[in-house]
Amino acid sequence: MEGTLLIGLYVFVLAMFVGFELITKVPPTLHTPLMSGSNAISGISIVGALLVIGRAGDAHLMRWIGLAALILATINVVGGFLVTDRMLQMFKSKDAS
Amino acid sequence: MEMSGFSTIIPLAYLASAVLFILGIKRLSHPETAAGGNRLAAIGMLLAVIATLLESGLDYTWIIVGVAVGGLIGAVMARTVKMTAMPEMVAVFNGFGGAASGLVAVGEYLRVAGSAGGAETLAIDSGVSIMAGTLIGAVTFSGSMIAFGKLQGFVTGNAISNPLVKFSAGILLGFAVVLAVYLVGFESNLVFYWSLIAAALILGVLFVIPIGGADMPVVVALLNSYSGLAAASAGFVLENNALIISGALVGASGLILTGIMCRAMNRSLANVLFSAFGTTAATAGRAADGDRVATPIEAEDSAMVLGYASQVIFVPGYGLAVAQAQHRVRELADLLTERGVSVRYCVHPVAGRMPGHMNVLLAEANVPYEQLCEPEDVNPDMENIDVAVVVGANDVVNPLARDDPSSPIGGMPIIETDRAKTCIVIKRSLSVGYAGIDNPLFYLRNNRMFFGDASDALASITEEVKQL
Repeated sequence: MEGTLLIGLYVFVLAMFVGFELITKVPPTLHTPLMSGSNAISGISIVGALLVIGRAGDAHLMRWIGLAALILATINVVGGFLVTDRMLQMFKSKDAS
Repeated sequence: MEMSGFSTIIPLAYLASAVLFILGIKRLSHPETAAGGNRLAAIGMLLAVIATLLESGLDYTWIIVGVAVGGLIGAVMARTVKMTAMPEMVAVFNGFGGAASGLVAVGEYLRVAGSAGGAETLAIDSGVSIMAGTLIGAVTFSGSMIAFGKLQGFVTGNAISNPLVKFSAGILLGFAVVLAVYLVGFESNLVFYWSLIAAALILGVLFVIPIGGADMPVVVALLNSYSGLAAASAGFVLENNALIISGALVGASGLILTGIMCRAMNRSLANVLFSAFGTTAATAGRAADGDRVATPIEAEDSAMVLGYASQVIFVPGYGLAVAQAQHRVRELADLLTERGVSVRYCVHPVAGRMPGHMNVLLAEANVPYEQLCEPEDVNPDMENIDVAVVVGANDVVNPLARDDPSSPIGGMPIIETDRAKTCIVIKRSLSVGYAGIDNPLFYLRNNRMFFGDASDALASITEEVKQL
C-alpha cells in the first residue's frame, strides 16, 4: 500500500471521530441546518472540480466534465451555506424585535 | 522559488479551511452561535477555493463560467425555497455534491487512463480510489434524485417491495464490483468504465425506490452521509486532505442523523432500507369496536381549559405545516403566555419530513427556541401538564407504541400526551396516521377531539381565549 493512501486513511478515520464528537453535541433543534450546512461542506469537491479543469489541458471531454462538476459543486456550496444562514437567522433570539 | 512557496502555502491553507469547518460545526451546538459557525465554515470554503486557484496552469475562463452559473443557481434556490421544501432541497444538494465528487473521479480516470495509453493498468491506490469515488458519487446522485422525486411526489411515495428489485440490485452491485476489479487489476477500458457508471446509477435508483415516503427522512440523512463519503473518496483520488477531512465530517454527521431517526422510530437501518414499511402495515389496525367513543370539544371549552391552565404543551406534527398553521399556533401560544401560562412546544424527532424540520418551521413562525423541547424533557413530568394540544400529529402520540410491543410502531419513543391531565387532539377525523394503525389516545377519558382544519381550529380557540 502506498504511503499517501495510508496517510489519507489515517486522516479520514481521525476526522470521522472528530465528526462524531462534534455532531453528537448539536441539539435536535438544529438538525436541519446541520444537514444543509454539512451538505455545503461536502461541496468541498469544488476543489476537485477546479483541479480537474486545471489538469484537463486540451482534453475536451475532461474539461467539460470538470465544468459540470464545478457547476454542481458551486450550487451545492453557495446554495447550502446561504439556505443554512437563512434558517439560522430565524433561530436567533427574538429579544431585539 | 515562488512555486515552492505556493506548494507549501496551499496545503496549509487547506488545513486552515479544515479547521474552520470543525470550528464552524462546533458552533452549531447552540442556536445563538450557530449562524456564526455556518459563516466560519463558509469562510473555510472560500479559503480552500482561493488556495486551489493559486495552483498554476488553471484555465480561469472556464472556472469563472462554472462558478458564475453554479453560484447564481445556488443563490436563487437558497433564497426562494420554502421552508416546508427543505427536505427536497437537501436531497437535491446531496445529489449535486455526490455527482460533483463522482465527476472528479471520472475526470481523474480519463486523465490517468489517457496518459497511460488506454491499455495499461492503473496504479492500485489511485485505481481503488477512482473506482470507489465513481461508485459512491453515482449512487449518491441517482439515489438522491429518486428521493427528491418521492418527496416532491413525481415518483410514487409507496414502498415498492418487489423481490426482483432486490435481486437486480444484488446482481448490479456484483457486476459493478467485478468491473471495478477488472479495471484496476487488469486493464483500463473506457467501455467498461462507462458501464460501471451506468450500473452505479441504476443501483442508486434501486436502492431508494423500495423505500416508503414516510421513511424518506432516514434516506435523506443517509444520502447526506454518502455525499460526504463521495467527497472523501474524491479526496483520496486527488490525494487532497481537505476533501478527505471535510468528507469524513459530513459522512459522520449523516450517519449520526440516520441513527437518531432510526432510533426515533425504533427501527433498524436494515429494516428501513429493506422492509418496505407502509405497504404491509396499512392493512393492519383500524380495530372496529364501536363501543369506544371519542369525546368532541369546541373552541369555547378548549379556550376555557387552556386559558386557566398553568402548564401547556403543544405537540406539532407535519399536519400543522401542511395546514400552514405554524403562525396560528404561535399566536395562541403567545396569548396564553401573556396570561401567565407556561407554554412549550414538544417536538418529536420524526415530526417533520427530515431531522429537525419541525423546529425550523416553528422558528420561521417566530417561536423562540427556548420554548422548543424534546420528548425526554416532557415525558417524566407529563402528569403535571394541564393541557397537551396535539396538532397534526398522530403516530408520535400513539400509546400503543408504549403499551403494545406487537404493534407496528411498538417500542417507538412517543410523546405520552395520554398521561397529561387533559389532551386535546386537533384533527380532521379519527383516521389513521402514516403507520396505518388506530390510535387509542382518541378514545381516552382525558382526551378531547377538536375536529377541523388545524389553522381554523387554532384561530377560533385564539378568539375565544381573547374573550376570557
